[in-house]
Amino acid sequence: MSIDWQVFWLTLQLAVVVSAILLVLGLPIAYWIAFSRWRWKFLVEAVVALPIVLPPTVLGFYVLVALGPHSPLGRWWIALTGHTLAFTFGGLVIGSILYSLPFAVQPFAASFAGVEHKLISASATLGASPIRTFWRVIAPLSVPGLITGTVLSFAHTMGEFGVVLMVGGNIPGVTRTVSIDIYDQVQASNYAAANQTALLLLVFCFAVLAAVYGLNRKVWAVGPGK
Amino acid sequence: MIKGMKCSSWLGMVSLFVLTSTFGVAVSKKGAKEINVAAAADLSTAMHEVAQAYEEQTGVKVKLSFGASGSLTQQIENGAPFDVFFSADMDYPRQLISHGDAEAASLYRYAVGRLVLWTPADSALDVEHRGMNILTDPQVTKIALANPQHAPYGRAAVAAMKHVGLYDQVSDRLVLGENVSQAAQFVESGNAQIGFVALAHAVTPAMQGKGKYWQIPAEAYPELDQGVVVLAHSRHKEEAAAFVEYIKTKAATAVLRKYGFALPEQK
Repeated sequence: MSIDWQVFWLTLQLAVVVSAILLVLGLPIAYWIAFSRWRWKFLVEAVVALPIVLPPTVLGFYVLVALGPHSPLGRWWIALTGHTLAFTFGGLVIGSILYSLPFAVQPFAASFAGVEHKLISASATLGASPIRTFWRVIAPLSVPGLITGTVLSFAHTMGEFGVVLMVGGNIPGVTRTVSIDIYDQVQASNYAAANQTALLLLVFCFAVLAAVYGLNRKVWAVGPGK
Repeated sequence: MIKGMKCSSWLGMVSLFVLTSTFGVAVSKKGAKEINVAAAADLSTAMHEVAQAYEEQTGVKVKLSFGASGSLTQQIENGAPFDVFFSADMDYPRQLISHGDAEAASLYRYAVGRLVLWTPADSALDVEHRGMNILTDPQVTKIALANPQHAPYGRAAVAAMKHVGLYDQVSDRLVLGENVSQAAQFVESGNAQIGFVALAHAVTPAMQGKGKYWQIPAEAYPELDQGVVVLAHSRHKEEAAAFVEYIKTKAATAVLRKYGFALPEQK
C-alpha cells in the first residue's frame, strides 16, 4: 500500500480547522448578508462570492505576496513571530479560509433568509433580543443550511489545490496535502500510487457529501417525513 | 434597445471569431506553419528571445509552454500536442525515446545549465562570499528549490547540499517549488530567504539589480546537460527538426550564452 497516511491526516486537520473557523466567522457575515438593508450590500455579497470565480492562482498569488515581508501584514507578522506565514500550516489555514468562505457563508445566509419572517417578528414582539432570537429561532431553523455550509467548506478544503501549490512549498507533514501529493505522484509517473490516493479521496469526499445530502433529506428519519 | 445592441455585438464577436479561425486554418494549410514547443522552466526567458528571432527569420510561429521537465515529460507521454521538447536534463528525453514518444536521431545536447544560490539584493545574507555555508545561518529558515521529484534543478540542488554534507542539517528548511521558476519566485516574494535557482534566472534582465548570487561549483552536482528532442507524435516534424537545427546556430547559442547557459563544446 503506497498511500501516504500522513498526507491524509494533515489534509483532514486542515479541513477540520478551516471549516470550524468558517462556522464561527461565517455566522455573523451570513446574518448580516441575510438581514441587512444597506443599499450597497450587494458589493459585500460580490466580494464573498469572489473565490468561487477567481482562479486559485490569483488567490494564491495575493496570499503569497500578502504573507511576505514586502507587505505591511507580512512585516507585522514577521516582527511578531520572527517568520513568514507562507509555507506553514497557519498560512494554509488563512489561504483556505479565503478560498472556502463562500461555500460556508452562502448556504448559511440562504437558510437564514429562508426563516419565516413572522417567527422572527413574533420573537421580537415577545421581547427577545436579536441575539436571543438568533439562537432560539433562526439558528435552530437553519440547521440544514449550517450543516451544508460547514460540510461544503470542509470538503472544498479537502480538495483544495491551487492555493496550496502557490503558498505551501510542499513540506511533508506541514503543507503537503493530498491533492499536492497526487499531483507529485502523477508528475513523477507513479500512476499506481496516484490512483490509490485519488480513489481514496474520491470515495471519502463522496461519502461526506452523500451523508450530508442524505441527512438534509431526512431519508433515515423514523415516522412520517416531509 | 440596449438588449438589441448587446445581441448584435455578440453576433459580431462570434462571426469575427469564426472568420479569424477559418482564416487561420487556411493560412496554416498553405505552409506558414506553427510549432508547439515544450521547454524546461529555466529557459523561460532565453527561449522567448530565441523563438522571436526564429519567427522573424522564417515566419514559422513558435508557441512556448514552460514547466518542470518531469511534468512536461509526463504530459507528452499522455498525448500533449507538442512538436519539440527542450528538457533541463538528458534523462527525460531518453525516457521519451525509449517509450517511443520521441525521435532518437533528433536528440541533441543544446546547453549545460548552471545552478546558483540566490538571495534578494537587500538581504543581510552575504551569499556571494559565504556560499553554501550560509544555509546553516540562523537567519535562513526557508530554502527554496525546485521539486527534486520531477525537476532536474531540484535534483541538482539536493546533490549539491549532499556534496558539502549539509543536506541532513537543513532538510527541515526546504520548501519545494513546482519548478525552478517557482522556487525563484518564493525567494523574490521574500517568503524564503534564499533559494537554488537557475543561473538563467539570476542574470535575466528582469532580475538585474534585484538579487545577489553565488554560483555552485560544477563538481558539487551532476552536470545539468540539457537535451532537446523532436517528438514522435508531432505533425510538423520537418518544422520541428528545422527549429532544433536553429538552436545549433551562432545566433541561437549567443542568446543561450547571454542567459548563463554553457554550451556543449565549451564546457
